[in-house]
Amino acid sequence: MNELLGISSNPHIRDKASTGRIMLDVIIALIPASAVGISVFGLKALLLIIVTMVSAVTAEAVYQKITHQKITVSDGSAALTGLLLALNLPVSLPVWMAVLGAVFAIIVVKQFFGGIGQNFMNPALAGRCFLLISFGSAMTNFTIDGVSGATPLAELKSGMDVDVMKMFMGTTAGTIGETSAIALLIGAIYLLAKRIIRLHIPLAYIGSFAVFVMLYSLSTGRGFDMEFLAAHLCGGGLMLGAWFMATDYVTSPITPWGRIVFGVCLGILTGIFRLCGNSAEGVSYAIIFCNLLVPIIEKMTIPKAFGREDEDNE
Amino acid sequence: MSILTFIGGVHPKDGKDLSKDAQITEYKPQGQIAIAVSQHIGAPATPIVKKGDYVKVGQKIAQASGFVSANVHSSVSGTVKSIEPRLMANGTKVDCIIIDNDDKYEETDYEKTKPLKELSPAEIRDLIKEAGVVGMGGACFPTHVKLTPKNEDEIEYIIVNGAECEPYLTSDYRRMIEQPEILVEGLKVILTLFPNAKGLIGIEDNKPEAIKKLKEAVKNEENIEVEPLYTKYPQGAERSLIFALTGRKINSSMLPADAGCIVDNVDTVFEIYNAVICGRPLISKIVTVTGDAINTPSNFEVRIGTNQKELIEAAGGFKVNPEKIISGGPMMGIAMSTCDVPVIKGSSALLCMEHDEVAAAKEGNCINCGRCVEACPSRILPSRLAKLSNAGNMEEFEKLNGLECCECGCCSYVCPAKKNLTQSIKVMRREVLASKRK
Repeated sequence: MNELLGISSNPHIRDKASTGRIMLDVIIALIPASAVGISVFGLKALLLIIVTMVSAVTAEAVYQKITHQKITVSDGSAALTGLLLALNLPVSLPVWMAVLGAVFAIIVVKQFFGGIGQNFMNPALAGRCFLLISFGSAMTNFTIDGVSGATPLAELKSGMDVDVMKMFMGTTAGTIGETSAIALLIGAIYLLAKRIIRLHIPLAYIGSFAVFVMLYSLSTGRGFDMEFLAAHLCGGGLMLGAWFMATDYVTSPITPWGRIVFGVCLGILTGIFRLCGNSAEGVSYAIIFCNLLVPIIEKMTIPKAFGREDEDNE
Repeated sequence: MSILTFIGGVHPKDGKDLSKDAQITEYKPQGQIAIAVSQHIGAPATPIVKKGDYVKVGQKIAQASGFVSANVHSSVSGTVKSIEPRLMANGTKVDCIIIDNDDKYEETDYEKTKPLKELSPAEIRDLIKEAGVVGMGGACFPTHVKLTPKNEDEIEYIIVNGAECEPYLTSDYRRMIEQPEILVEGLKVILTLFPNAKGLIGIEDNKPEAIKKLKEAVKNEENIEVEPLYTKYPQGAERSLIFALTGRKINSSMLPADAGCIVDNVDTVFEIYNAVICGRPLISKIVTVTGDAINTPSNFEVRIGTNQKELIEAAGGFKVNPEKIISGGPMMGIAMSTCDVPVIKGSSALLCMEHDEVAAAKEGNCINCGRCVEACPSRILPSRLAKLSNAGNMEEFEKLNGLECCECGCCSYVCPAKKNLTQSIKVMRREVLASKRK
């Protein structure tokens, strides 16, 4: 052994976890919700999922090729963005619009800001909001069994009764991946068990939103209307948003307290958007708005170093 | 019983099975001995022998050159060949006293020791200083300095660090199960210096045999307790250990003594026993030679100055060609470009790895996942600090408590983007500390 050995700084061993594996786990966790979406809304839902995933990956690869960067599509993050976007689309949406949304999400929201880890806004949700603004009617045309229908939250808003059980199972009108609370919860449990996500954000989000709904319910003379609360928890994009989109690492705070503050901001904003505004929905806008607050939330919640708990950070 | 531990940390594969059942065997050096004059924190010792001198085992060959410095003794008998700089495990060149070993191991005339009861605290500290004892957990801080805190009466705990949280290392474990009584006697020596202190021996609970043996050894000692610790890296880091055992917190600008604690590693306590009770200087060290590239993982008692290359042969040579050899454990050890370097007082292991995981890992962008934040025992933000370091932002780095980093490596270990966070932070810490010294 005459040659010199390789050296490097400590530590000399590394955990098995990798960015690619994390993205794959999130995709796996979305399989139940996707499966329910496909079975409820038909094969068109599958087509949209495949198309958005393929166009997101292609857009990333082409952009990186043109700009002479290392092609990083193998980390799975573009595929995940595509999947999340598809789950946020109504099944009746024309395919070309879905492609446009995916390309916007990847190129404008993600790559223009430096690629993975650098975007300040959740790409899939920004893509969705871009489509909502551009093609308002196509994006809110919810069909189930081929018939257009109002989403449960829209029905609730106009004072109608809703079937909470159906909302829990997912057999109601809505976007492809948001309708089934149970399928989303199964995926969430998988992510929690794999330690991909922590409870901070979803619990703070759902908890503060629930409190907001109850306060609203009390102040509008409904009293403790548990069914109203349950419908709001299962309805719209809350479950998908709270477990899969608000927990997006890149666009959520890194500090433990920051995550809780972030979740509470989301809960309050979603409540305001849904209950006080014109729209029946509010999760997407709440999340991309709070994404913008992340730097300031992080700045306010820098943890105290071990042994320096009594000192001010400033 | 609640299990004592700290917040943060990681659970790497411990790899201790390779060598934990290998009894400590004495290794007699074959070739030349190179004894470094600086094996400790503080001023290098001044050589007091010259070329051509005949030296015996245990003879002082370099004299401590200040209060924070340590004596160095010969580990063999033979003729001093020269005093010249040699490459050390950490990549620096240090003056070494080169001795041609005559294989006779002729011992110097040790002074007769008095029984512990008749020794004054000053005499005890003197014996420890004379014997060149330093902290053998790796930092190599001169022990007599550590045992001379300003607030002697306020020291409430003498903690023996038997956590051995670094994966693969088994030298402390073997000492604890092979000679538990001596460890307890050594601790009693320290306790005589601190009338108000209680002895605690902290051992990670992945070493049940050591816990059992030591509990047995202290069953008649009223003032000493053995405390099992939750197995988690870096449980043996001074701050984590003190917190786990006493609930007290110290930061980077404090000494353990500020929290009423003194922490000594298992091997150090052994050397204190050797120095005070037997009157023998520090001339050897237990070194674990292990890793998946080694034929017969072993624990050797090695004389200081032995060439580490010999230890590989002694452990049956390489099974496969290693991609990496580390002096110490995989989390905080130093990768060596060659193992043609001498054993020093702080050597703990020679870890030969078939694969270089770090070289194989592909670095990507930080995705802000926060795993480094969760793992950091210092409760700081490694990913943020690494970015500040790479950007050269010294001011913000200090403001975010970058100096609190203990360089344990947990952040780099957990990072899914395989970023070398610890390395970046270390670089900036060095810069900040250097600028403070100016």
